[in-house]
Amino acid sequence: MAGKADAIHDDAFDPIQERISKDYEWGFVTDVEEDKPPKGLSEDVVRAISARKKEPEWLLEWRLRAYRAWLKMGAEEPSWANIKHPKIDFQDIHYYSAPKKAGDQPKSLDEVDPEIRRTFDKLGIPLVEQMRLAGVAVDAVFDSVSVATTFKEKLASLGIVFCSFSEAVQTHPELVRKALGTVVPHNDNFYAALNSAVFSDGSFVFVPAGVRCPMELSTYFRINARETGQFERTLIVAEKGAYVSYLEGCTAPIRDENQLHAAVVELIAEEGATVKYSTVQNWYPGDKQGKGGIYNFVTKRGECRGARSKVSWTQVETGSAITWKYPSCVLTGDDSVGEFYSVALTNNYQQADTGTKMIHRGKNTRSTIISKGISAGHGNNSYRGLVRMLPEATNARNFTQCDSMLIGDKCGAHTFPYIEVGNSTSRAEHEATTSKIGEDQLFYCRARGISNEDAVNMIVNGFCREVFAELPMEFAVEAQRLLAVSLEGSVG
Amino acid sequence: MLEIRNLHARVEDKEILKGVDLVVKAGEVHAIMGPNGSGKSTLAQVLAGRDTYEVTEGDILINGESVLELAPEERAAKGLFLAFQYPVEIPGVRNNYFLKTALNALRKARGEKELDAMEFLKLVKEKMKALKIDESMMNRSVNEGFSGGEKKRNEIFQMAILDPALCVMDETDSGLDIDALRIVANGVNALRSPQRAMVVITHYQRLLNYIVPDVVHVFVDGRIIKTGGKELALELEKEGYAEVSG
Repeated sequence: MAGKADAIHDDAFDPIQERISKDYEWGFVTDVEEDKPPKGLSEDVVRAISARKKEPEWLLEWRLRAYRAWLKMGAEEPSWANIKHPKIDFQDIHYYSAPKKAGDQPKSLDEVDPEIRRTFDKLGIPLVEQMRLAGVAVDAVFDSVSVATTFKEKLASLGIVFCSFSEAVQTHPELVRKALGTVVPHNDNFYAALNSAVFSDGSFVFVPAGVRCPMELSTYFRINARETGQFERTLIVAEKGAYVSYLEGCTAPIRDENQLHAAVVELIAEEGATVKYSTVQNWYPGDKQGKGGIYNFVTKRGECRGARSKVSWTQVETGSAITWKYPSCVLTGDDSVGEFYSVALTNNYQQADTGTKMIHRGKNTRSTIISKGISAGHGNNSYRGLVRMLPEATNARNFTQCDSMLIGDKCGAHTFPYIEVGNSTSRAEHEATTSKIGEDQLFYCRARGISNEDAVNMIVNGFCREVFAELPMEFAVEAQRLLAVSLEGSVG
Repeated sequence: MLEIRNLHARVEDKEILKGVDLVVKAGEVHAIMGPNGSGKSTLAQVLAGRDTYEVTEGDILINGESVLELAPEERAAKGLFLAFQYPVEIPGVRNNYFLKTALNALRKARGEKELDAMEFLKLVKEKMKALKIDESMMNRSVNEGFSGGEKKRNEIFQMAILDPALCVMDETDSGLDIDALRIVANGVNALRSPQRAMVVITHYQRLLNYIVPDVVHVFVDGRIIKTGGKELALELEKEGYAEVSG
């Protein structure tokens, strides 16, 4: 495993150098005056963020519209989700932070928290990657930019744009402007509006007509994810007949001093195009007593704009104290396809309210939802899904399977399915099961010599197999280990 | 190999095992026969360490060592194997993965080298033929959608791969037609050896035509009430449990 990830890493390019060179290029690290930015949100803060990124006027205006829309929402977070948390004071948050000085970084892995290193080892994360994740000063680790260049050149030769959002605003403003906010509008919901006003960075992908992106766009993001900050914004456009598979996140536990994370992801698939988006989310979940941990409030939506297009979401959510996330598909084009495959695990005091929305607008549109919720400890796991078939979406089909597994007797699983069918030719099927991890299954495994903990992992991984099968190979393996680590101590 | 001394066990307030004594030596095959509800299956589960039953008195020894305090997986590492009456389904876990994990867990516990994928495959291929296990069965989820016969063949196949010193088979014949019964019995007979002890729990004499025991015990109301040679099984079949126990 380790060898494999290494190989992918080395063959592809050197993302750290990519990162460094970009910082130099755009000069984000030099502004001394912004060393201690004030807390809180105002028009001035929005303007400052935009100015620092040297953004064009139209983007500043867009941010300001979002900020005003957010203000109108009462500056109070929504309360309909099945989660509990103290009220968030949005004026007590830093909306941008000064870049870290190079001298603050650990100089070698020996300076990194041994607890974190143990987890890295359990996950089988290669040493080089461990250093990067732990924020070891990178110039001590890498000394070549050549691999990164090769990677970028290969994509560029196909006309594919793949860079940070900030960079895209500078280099491809027309592409960004045309697509930004067309799937998730600036005033879509409370957190999306907040993100639109203050988003820090993220990724931009553009795949031109007829091009199949020859590699998983993953390695790059694994690296950059650490730096993109709390208000991530990602935009992926696949033109007619294009194909792209994108993976965000990382199985390694990510700690962050920012408790609130509100990301937005927009996907656009034109006629016959496919966008596959996979997520492995393992933000810091808080300690065993439920103290600390990230609040992860995410808006993700893809639009199948053209006929026969496809948007496919796969997510493995094991981190965060609170996950609030509904990757959705708007099926506008006739015969378009939306998919949602999800594993959400809550342990200790974690809470997850997650699911999807499938909005059928085109004729003969099809959607599939496979959701696997696992609750352990005092974890609380809710599936919330909407399948809406509009009157014009004749012959639409949906299949939903929603399975919950309980480990122990202090956790909870909830299902909130909403199905609205607006015509007589469409059909929606919903299947749901809830099971307790079986004492008889555990005993069977143990009687064969398998330890209790390994047996639980095996049974849980089996439960999730349909979803893991949708992940790119290397991440499917990591996701299985991640579940094992996340479940540690959940059974006596 | 196996020694059971005055074993008492209960579930909640109900006593099910009421003083079982049994000694099985290496190389021997013992049959335990008894009517439904007599506690035979409970005995099998208690031997394997199921904690839904509480042992209130007595002891279980494997090779002279008490295993009463050991977890099921530790008992397996000591060489105990239970072929289940109702093999459990584990959705999404492939049969071959399950078996490889089990085998390597046992090998590790015994300080032996774990097998890699190739070595495991070689071992599996050797044993598959005898029990008419085909490859598709290895790639399906553990026992999921298996017919009754497939489940029982799979149990004996696991037994062949894990190579235990002490085999306990709980109603391995139940639900089998005559062809399946023959396959299973041949599989078991192939595993008979001077180093291995076997306990065959059954309701019917039929299985014992194929797996001929050295010793037969009659098990009624939580204890062994009579012990004899293989002819005792025939007697039981003819006379019924009531006659023998009366």
